[in-house]
Amino acid sequence: MSVLLSILVDGVSYGMILFMISVGLSITMGLMRVINLAHGGFALMGGALAHVLTMSFGMSFLSASMAAVLVVVIIAPPMERVLYRHIYGFDELGQVLATVGIVFLIIATVNVFLGSTILPIRSPDLFAAPVDLGFRTLPFHRVVVIAAGIFVLAGLWLLIEKTRFGIYLRAAVDNKNAAGSLGINTSRIYLIAFGLGAGLAALGGILGAELLPIEAYYPLRYMVLFLIVVAVGGLGSVLGSFCAALGLGVLDTFGRYMLPDVGTIFFFLAIIAVLALRPNGLMGRAQ
Amino acid sequence: MKFIKWTLFAALTAATGVWSNAAFADTIKVGVIATFSGPNAIWGKQFREAIDVYVAEHGDEIAGHKVEFIYKDVGGPNADASKAAAQELLVRDGVKYLAGFDFTPNAIAVAPLIKQAKVPAVIFNAGTSSINKQSEYFLRTSFTLWQISQPEGEWAAKNGAKKVVTAVSDYNPGIDAETAFSKAFEKNGGKIVEHIRMPLQTTDFAPFMQRIKDSGADAVFTFLPAGPATFAFTKAYNENGLKAAGIAFYGTGETDETTIDALGDQAIGLVTSYHYSDAHDSPLNKSFIAKLNELHPGSRANMASVGAYDGVHLIYKMIEAAGSDGAKALEAAKGMQWESPRGPVKIDPASRHVVQNVYLRRVERAPDGHLVNREFETIPNVPDLGFDQ
Repeated sequence: MSVLLSILVDGVSYGMILFMISVGLSITMGLMRVINLAHGGFALMGGALAHVLTMSFGMSFLSASMAAVLVVVIIAPPMERVLYRHIYGFDELGQVLATVGIVFLIIATVNVFLGSTILPIRSPDLFAAPVDLGFRTLPFHRVVVIAAGIFVLAGLWLLIEKTRFGIYLRAAVDNKNAAGSLGINTSRIYLIAFGLGAGLAALGGILGAELLPIEAYYPLRYMVLFLIVVAVGGLGSVLGSFCAALGLGVLDTFGRYMLPDVGTIFFFLAIIAVLALRPNGLMGRAQ
Repeated sequence: MKFIKWTLFAALTAATGVWSNAAFADTIKVGVIATFSGPNAIWGKQFREAIDVYVAEHGDEIAGHKVEFIYKDVGGPNADASKAAAQELLVRDGVKYLAGFDFTPNAIAVAPLIKQAKVPAVIFNAGTSSINKQSEYFLRTSFTLWQISQPEGEWAAKNGAKKVVTAVSDYNPGIDAETAFSKAFEKNGGKIVEHIRMPLQTTDFAPFMQRIKDSGADAVFTFLPAGPATFAFTKAYNENGLKAAGIAFYGTGETDETTIDALGDQAIGLVTSYHYSDAHDSPLNKSFIAKLNELHPGSRANMASVGAYDGVHLIYKMIEAAGSDGAKALEAAKGMQWESPRGPVKIDPASRHVVQNVYLRRVERAPDGHLVNREFETIPNVPDLGFDQ
């Protein structure tokens, strides 16, 4: 029993990290119909900034994280205006190539300034302290990660379901042309959603650095993982991404704990099964 | 048509070869095949910096020959790229020595080529025992997993550990390390309670930590490839309370000098067994590090640096003894011994692998604020224990 609880706790915290990094990708890919392989680049940017701010400038973890996320949110909209606007019009292959190109630009930039070794983020001592759950101990940062994931989910749900921006966003996701003809400024919605997605990726990168360590090749190393979450969850669905990330996190942890010799085959078989049954993902809309 | 093309190509190569031999009879070229780009670019960087240091200290002329290094990037573990690079170096550039090789498949891929061309290839890192069996032209100045894991198993059994769980990455070097450690540990009266093999791509180690704890072992022996995996593993070891529970950590390269500072205080106290630490206390190592810092400020020497430094030394000595005659150079290298920044070393004539001291080290914070691997026990003159396995 305690083994199962253990798997659940580890799987949920791993899933929360996947959720936070991938949900932005799900929104932007679902909304703009652009295959944005550069999304992990924003997580890397956030993580690298937090590394520089905590290690070189001695800022506290909290203020450094907020500053890093803020900087990424500020950088993202001009990137959307200058680069992505053109990419929307490309065909799928063109989008893949262009966004992979952006990934390499981000990687090269980080490489020039910070090198290709691991970039640790100094977190408060409290984060590393073990928390006793009775059946096992858990590092405190996993508790923080789980809490942050729930907070992000709730925030996004409120934003999308309860605000005017959310209504516009959903309209733009469902039918861009109809939304535009009703007077919704879709290009501004795109811009805000893009910045939001980038900011969430940065936050996920920083909080997830304990599990997915930040280094220059981060976006390529974990790209497949993020795409899997989005594909299984369904494009443009926040709740879908959440369920997919959590499910995949628990499943992967279960496989590693109970069947380590089989490795990741088990994990990928499960993904194939889900996509065979639901080609648009768990909560994806038919295109 | 194809035949004519190839004949023409061969004739051209021969012609340019003759020409370059006549014009630069005194230049001996050394081809360095390694990873200079991508996630594993750190290997190429460490190799090149160590070569720079050696050349700065000893000049680029040996016994009337000028030595020139040609660097070829293969972008990571890529056997085909390595083979193509070696072919190009041998045919077009006319190199008389090959060097580098960070990954095992990259080394194995060139075995038929160096046999045919009779060109000695000095391995700076790749650590699988079987490589040197593929061709008698392979020489190695790094280490093998058998060489470092077996002494650690013996030491652990004699120094208090009763029950050990092994946790290694599920690929050849990991399994080598697991076997070498387990055999030595059990032979000396210890008990291995569980073997855990972890997927190579994993960075979330919490589930494994729980298994290690549940296994009831009083120590864990581990081997993981350097990079995000080792970083995440050592962090997980601390944060899941294994350190607090008194489960000792026996590792190998987890506390590599280029990543150790990223681990921070969590690394303090970890015990590893290895052939080189940049804190090794000898005048030669001090001057090596000083020169490295002068040429490349901020760089730290690690096992790749010392593998390359000694590899270049071996090549210099071979050139001194035999010029560009590969077969003669190989004979000269067998049994050669010298003082390295890691301690005394010798090339074993049978395996052509370096015989060296293996050190048990504990991580501590040096007075200058950096984390270092402090050596506390020496097992002298260990050969490649895996060569005959």
